[in-house]
Parts: sequence; C-alpha cells; structure tokens
Amino acid sequence: MKILVSVKRVPDPYAKISPNASGTDISREGLQMAVNPFDEIALEEAIRLKEAGQATEVVAVSIGSAESQEQLRTALAMGADRAILVQTDEALDAPSVAQILAAVYRREQPHLMLMGKQAIDMDENQVGQMLAALLDVPQATFASKITLANGSATVERETDNGIETIQVSLPAVITADLRLNEPRYVALTGIVRARSKPLETLTPAELGVQPRVRVRLIRVEAPPARQAGKRVRDVHELVRLLREEARVI
Amino acid sequence: MKLLVLAETDGGRVSEKSLPALAFAQQQSPDAFTVLAIGDNLQCVETLTPYGAQAVLTANHPALAKPLAERYAPVVAHYARQLGADAVVATTTTFSRDVLARVAGLLDAPMLSDIIALEQANGKLLAKRPIYSANLIGTFEVEGYPVVITVRGPAWGKPKPANTESPVQVADALPNIPTRSEWVRLQGSSGGRPDLTQARVVVSGGRPLKDPETFEKYIGALADTLGGAVGATRAAVDSGIAPNELQVGQTGKTVAPELYIAVAVSGSVQHLAGMKDSKVIVAINIDPEAPIFQVADYGLVADLYQVVPELIELLKQSNGSV
Repeated sequence: MKILVSVKRVPDPYAKISPNASGTDISREGLQMAVNPFDEIALEEAIRLKEAGQATEVVAVSIGSAESQEQLRTALAMGADRAILVQTDEALDAPSVAQILAAVYRREQPHLMLMGKQAIDMDENQVGQMLAALLDVPQATFASKITLANGSATVERETDNGIETIQVSLPAVITADLRLNEPRYVALTGIVRARSKPLETLTPAELGVQPRVRVRLIRVEAPPARQAGKRVRDVHELVRLLREEARVI
Repeated sequence: MKLLVLAETDGGRVSEKSLPALAFAQQQSPDAFTVLAIGDNLQCVETLTPYGAQAVLTANHPALAKPLAERYAPVVAHYARQLGADAVVATTTTFSRDVLARVAGLLDAPMLSDIIALEQANGKLLAKRPIYSANLIGTFEVEGYPVVITVRGPAWGKPKPANTESPVQVADALPNIPTRSEWVRLQGSSGGRPDLTQARVVVSGGRPLKDPETFEKYIGALADTLGGAVGATRAAVDSGIAPNELQVGQTGKTVAPELYIAVAVSGSVQHLAGMKDSKVIVAINIDPEAPIFQVADYGLVADLYQVVPELIELLKQSNGSV
C-alpha cells in the first residue's frame, strides 16, 4: 500500500509573527521555517503504518518555492521513501493547491492520502476536503486515531460534539488532528540517509495544472489588543464588581 | 447576493450553532437567503423559521441520518446550483469545516474560512479572518462566484426575529448520495450543560486541576452554579483531566461568552486565541505573573482550592441570580 503525504513549509510554530512595514504580508526577515505541525503528524502516521507492515511506500509531496526542499528533506529524514516538490513561487489559494495535489495523486495512484487538517499559517482547513471532492473519494477529517483493515479505514475524529468514529473505504483522504500521534525526533542517521533518497522536482504545468488563484491576502494587521483590568482582593469584591460594574451576573 | 445557509444538524435535529450564520445572512443579504437543513426525520426545524429566510429547505433521507461530509456535500452543492447561490454559508464548526470545504471542491468555488467581517466592493468580496493562530488578522480579496464561507460565531452574534415566518419546504429530487463513508459512533460528554460555543457563561480550568474528579468538583460545580458551560486548556486535555471537546483555543473551540472565568489557566497565546473576544474575562490564578492577567478584566491572585468553593457559596447565597 502506498501513502501520499503532503508537507507544507510554514513559519516555525514558536516564531513570533508580525506584519511587515507595508502591512501586506508578515515580516519574513530571519523567520525560521518548519514543516507544518499537522502535516508532520500525518507523516508520522504514514511512517508508523509502514513500520507496522501496513504500508509499503511513503511519498511526501510539497508545493512551493525551491526552499520547500528543506521540509521535504526533513520528511525523508523522518522516514519517507521519496519526495516530490511541485515548484512554484505563486501564492496559491486552497482550490489551486487541491488541484495540484489531485494531479500528483493521479500520477502516483496511492491507496491513502494523509495530510494535516490545516496549515498553521492561513489556518483555512480546506485543502483535504477539496482534494477528496476533486478525486471523488471519501474523507475523514480531524483524525485522532486511524485503523486500517480490509480495504477501509476506521477513523476517530475530533469533533465539537466529542469523538466521532466513521469508517471510509479506501482510497480516501484523511486529515490529521493534534492527538493522532507525537512525531518522532529526526535522528542523525535519518538525516544522512535522507541525502541519498530521491527528490523529484516538477512544475504545475508539467502536471497539466494551470493554477487560477481567486483568494488573495492583501492586508495583514495585528488584532486589537485587550487591556489588563484590575486586581480584586477576594471573592466578595469580585462578585460585587461582576454584578454592579460589569453586570454579567 | 443570493445566499444559501447550511444549518448545522447532527442528522436528527437542528443545532442552535446555526444562528450566527443566519445573523450573517440577515446583515449581508436580508432579502435573499435560503436555509438548508439536512438529515432524516429532522427535529427543531422551526428554530430556523423566525429569521426572514425566503424558505427553509429540508432534505430528509435515511442515508442522511448522520452528518457525513461525503453524503451531505453533494446535497448542498445540488441546492446551491439549483438556487443559483452566490455564496454558501455556515457557522464555523467541525461540521461546517468538514462539509463545506468539500462543497467548495464540488462547486470549484473559492472558500473563506472563519470570517469576522465581509464587504462587497466593485464586484469583489473583501473578507477579514484570523490567521497565524489568531495572532494576526488578514484581509482577503476574493474574485468569482459562488464563494463558500464559514463565519466565526462570536463575530456575528444572533439573528433578529423577522416579521414573518419562513415557509418550510421539503426538498424533492435529492442527488445521488455516495455511501462509501459509514457513521459508527459518537462519544460525547456534555453532561447536560449548555454548549460551550453558545453558553452565556464559560468556566475553564487548566492543568493544576490534577484529575477529572477535581476538575469536575471545582470547574464543573462553578459552571453549574452560573448555569454555564465548562472549558479546558490544551494542557488539561492533553493530561487527561478534561475531554477533548472542551478544549478552548487555537486547536480547540473559539468562544466569546458574556463572562469567561479562567481558573488556574496560565494564558498561553494558544488558549487566548480561543477566548480573548469574551465580553468580560475573570482570571483566578495563584501565580501573579500569569499572562492571563494581561487580558483579564478582573484578576484574583489566589489558590483555587480556597476561593472557588467560596465563590460558589457566595453565588448560591445571593441566590446566584444569573
């Protein structure tokens, strides 16, 4: 069984993010970049499935600038077998990304597509579902547990109402939530081995896709700040203020 | 702009989580919005009729008895096309994220997730939405219709009652429903408390609450005294003190109640992203340096084990007139 995993290059989740001087984007100077944490979880799951003998090949794919090779090397170091970079410098929207991934999927013909539920830059949470629609395959989003058996996946999903379990036939698109697993640290041997693993570079045009971007980020600003209020001495003062000043109880 | 609002259901009944999307529709397109509710033998459809929608469409079918995106999305796309909708809208929840992004894929439509503001200018839409874990607000320009939208509940509030009731229409001629996804079970644990995203009062607890029993004894009891919902930090959820669906924050739920009481919550950026739009924030924490105090309207530096029971007692004495 082949698993395809998408890996997005995003700012490090612990980096301080601020708008640039013109307010058109974030300030990218000296910004540390990383694999999108939710994609890292998806990749970890794919590698564990391979280690458990349930998958035979794990292919990592990234869409973005040439620098995205760094994140693909991380994926290879973690344990992916090979990598594909669809190179473009255009700021793509989610439908365009889904289109490109669909083209890679059709070329690779995997049995399972795993990816993060969202990327931590734009926080859209769209691409997996769009991809499943384009491919006309079932989807299981926000996965916190995946069990494969007899050509289907049983997936526990983190929903607003609790843990929902659904079963989807394969092939399918499954998106990873936070609690699916804890990704491994990359060992030095992995980094060395990653250097000799194949990393193929393609363009959207070579995949027969002409992205048509319809959603563009034009302005970035800090949200209004909240001011610190007052300290109260005890619960009596607290209740009195909530009642008389804030009038919320 | 002609809108199709997807009501949130669990397949059996309509949820009040649908309301912010109706408030959005009233503001953006008061005379041209239709509501669609999907399920089997749907209950509470009448909760959707007071708000001035042209019609409330119900799509009922045994294959739609559970909210599976693969089954619901073609139904939504079908009615969006039939209606000639310029936008398909729902309140941001895991339900709508799951279903509507698939609808966008089926319609080849651009999508805006979790928006807090929208304006129309020169045939284009400009939308604001939180990005980078709600550390920043992005303005996005969108071209082309239809567009699929989820709206951040706290930013749009509740709809106003209209003069006339919307007619309920039973949708006929459903599209082909694929059945490659099967619903198995739901393990929830609301315990009869109000929904976290809808509650007027939310009491949240952090990891210092030690275990589920202690969490319930202090956080649950305070919430019940105020008729509120219970929330938790990611740390509390990760350490098994509180169930996942109570998590407030970037990777959990976004809430903006009238009153948010954070007990033993340090106030990580991640948590603040999910609650900083609350009207009044109270922080109770033993650490005077906890970042939560920087956003709290009222801060009490104290040991929760001492003051939470005192607070409950005091609220009960003054008959907790909430």
